[in-house]
Amino acid sequence: MDIPAKTGYLGIDVGSVSTNLVILDEHANVLAAIYRRTQGQPIKAVQEGLRELTDLLADQEIEVRGVGATGSARHLTGIIVGADVVKNEITAHAVAASQVLPDVNTVLEIGGQDSKLIVLRDGIVTDFAMNSVCAAGTGSFLDHQSARLGIPIEDFGTYAVRSESPAHIAGRCSVFAESDMIHKQQVGIVVEDIIYGLCHALVRNYLNNLAKGKEIKSPVVFQGGVAANAGMKRAFEDALEIEVTVPVHHNVMGAIGSAILAMELELEPGETSFNSFDVSDLVYETSTFNCNGCSNTCEIVRIKVDGKTLARWGGRCGKWENEDSPGAGKKRLRAGGKTRIKASVR
Amino acid sequence: MKVTCPHMGHLHWMLDDLFGRLGVEYVKPPPTTTKTLTIGAKHSPEFACLPLKINIGNFIQGLDMGADTLIMAGGHGPCRFGYYGIVEERILRDLGYDFRFMMLEPFGDGKWAFYKTFETLSPGSLSLRKLWKILKVSFTKGRAFDQIHKRTLQVRAYEVNHGDTTRALREAEKMLTQAFTTEEIEEAGREALALIDNVEQDPERRVLKVGIVGEFFLLLEPFSNFGLEEALGHMGVYIERSVWVTDWIAPGRDNKIYGFHKDIVDGKAAPYLNHNVGGEGRETIGSIVLMAERKFDGIIQLLPFGCMPENIATSIIPKVQRDHDIPVLTLAFDEQTGRAGVITRVEAFLDLLSARRGLSLVGTNA
Repeated sequence: MDIPAKTGYLGIDVGSVSTNLVILDEHANVLAAIYRRTQGQPIKAVQEGLRELTDLLADQEIEVRGVGATGSARHLTGIIVGADVVKNEITAHAVAASQVLPDVNTVLEIGGQDSKLIVLRDGIVTDFAMNSVCAAGTGSFLDHQSARLGIPIEDFGTYAVRSESPAHIAGRCSVFAESDMIHKQQVGIVVEDIIYGLCHALVRNYLNNLAKGKEIKSPVVFQGGVAANAGMKRAFEDALEIEVTVPVHHNVMGAIGSAILAMELELEPGETSFNSFDVSDLVYETSTFNCNGCSNTCEIVRIKVDGKTLARWGGRCGKWENEDSPGAGKKRLRAGGKTRIKASVR
Repeated sequence: MKVTCPHMGHLHWMLDDLFGRLGVEYVKPPPTTTKTLTIGAKHSPEFACLPLKINIGNFIQGLDMGADTLIMAGGHGPCRFGYYGIVEERILRDLGYDFRFMMLEPFGDGKWAFYKTFETLSPGSLSLRKLWKILKVSFTKGRAFDQIHKRTLQVRAYEVNHGDTTRALREAEKMLTQAFTTEEIEEAGREALALIDNVEQDPERRVLKVGIVGEFFLLLEPFSNFGLEEALGHMGVYIERSVWVTDWIAPGRDNKIYGFHKDIVDGKAAPYLNHNVGGEGRETIGSIVLMAERKFDGIIQLLPFGCMPENIATSIIPKVQRDHDIPVLTLAFDEQTGRAGVITRVEAFLDLLSARRGLSLVGTNA
């Protein structure tokens, strides 16, 4: 018996620390979600993520109607998978948050390297802030501390919520925070209080630097990888005196947002630029060279597959982008046709 | 005598003309690039602002090309800029360079001191009257350059073929460079503007209207802001900018290129900031109000990291933003700033502006 294929939208968020992929159905429900480490290899992370997705959905037939890419590797990802929409992560996160909680007024988003604050009113983004100058690196820092203390990062939050009186940690900069933490340990303060103190310091830093001058109004959504940490959620609630909601799929919100943006394109079946899940088997070569067209001597990145240049980018003037990839990310590897995740029992 | 001077946007077009008329050999430093900044940052105090680091890089490259006389603008007031000439001279001497250093103090500080600087450059036949005449012609040329650049920022948003406006601008610049007398300059200026206006445009395109305000060096020197204006133009954004080089150096309070008299700008800033805080701090606030009243979609403020006057403005902006219901994006730059981060924030900002206008987020920028 032939069951009609479900309509699906693929969203991919490739950040510095994590790579997330989701497949949404036509009502924006999550059919499958993948959260994995980028490990400095965005192409590999995307390819393996796609492979994992096909495994997760092995018993279903899904027709991909649209693909969105976001995150710091969004352009690269867009070219590899053939994305229909390539969007910055700030917009993607805002879109996802307002889909999950339509009346959300504030989004706190903390990822591996970046922290964001997004202010929405009536479903429209009215203001945002992203950490600048200093790469706060909250997620990476918590990771590092959990490794140093020998506590699995998953358990970090539970330690924090057990604390009765958080230690005061100097939190202006993670370098100071770490040395202060070590000092507090050396004088005998229990690890629970130190960990919760650290959460307080990070929240204080976020509110004093990033959120300064912005109005934080309830309902507040807290998302990004760090939202998994119950200690951070509790510290935010303490500091703001507002209840903070952590959505179920808090760690893949960027991917959800980009899938929703792809959905909003309302493409007809087969109209997507998606290169099919087979891209996970292709071998991509990337190289760089310096353009000598003018005195800027920009560094240009070139990406090739099967010896054929797929795209080039990185210049200030857009010269290389224009020559062979109009609308970066729209390039197809092969002519369209329906792309489906086939039932593959192995 | 070989004179060099730091770059600032298209100031060099005017200097080329001016030094030519004075009969002074002008060593134009190579265009500012990452290399310039690397050299400059290496020899500058870490907490000095980006313009100083770029100046040092320009000077060193100019000196290495054989320049023996350096000219740097002076100034006074709360901004560190007035002090930079002195610091720069010291840094360069400590590096072992031998040169003559000249601080060009603002015209308003006294005609005589101003004239003396030029007299030293071009000894003998230069009378105050003659200098005045020369300055006037060169200045007319500078203003014509400002005018064509201003037009470019508006036309680029509507261009049909990617890059046409920039190509027209290059042609226009060439045309103006060759003009010599005041009449020729005015004529070339008109033709140059026509050249840019003739770029094939799509008048139906729905474009965002964004104002750029902030510290003058960051606004004037495209290298320092990653060519933000051109990038915005290619994303289909109509741009107006609050600071122009000829407005900035012109005596008097009339902003011919920006179009608003300084008193009007200061008046608009007055409810928030009613005194000079140095640099463009007050102008930034006044311009935001003016642009909000003129129904711009949003404002981008550019500043060097650590810039005191602009930081004062930044702390006032949230209130201006609320009162006038206009989104403002603040971007701070130093030698550590990466282009990707800037573009991400700018794209998100344009999405925000599109959403406010009820335009679809899908399709904008990317």
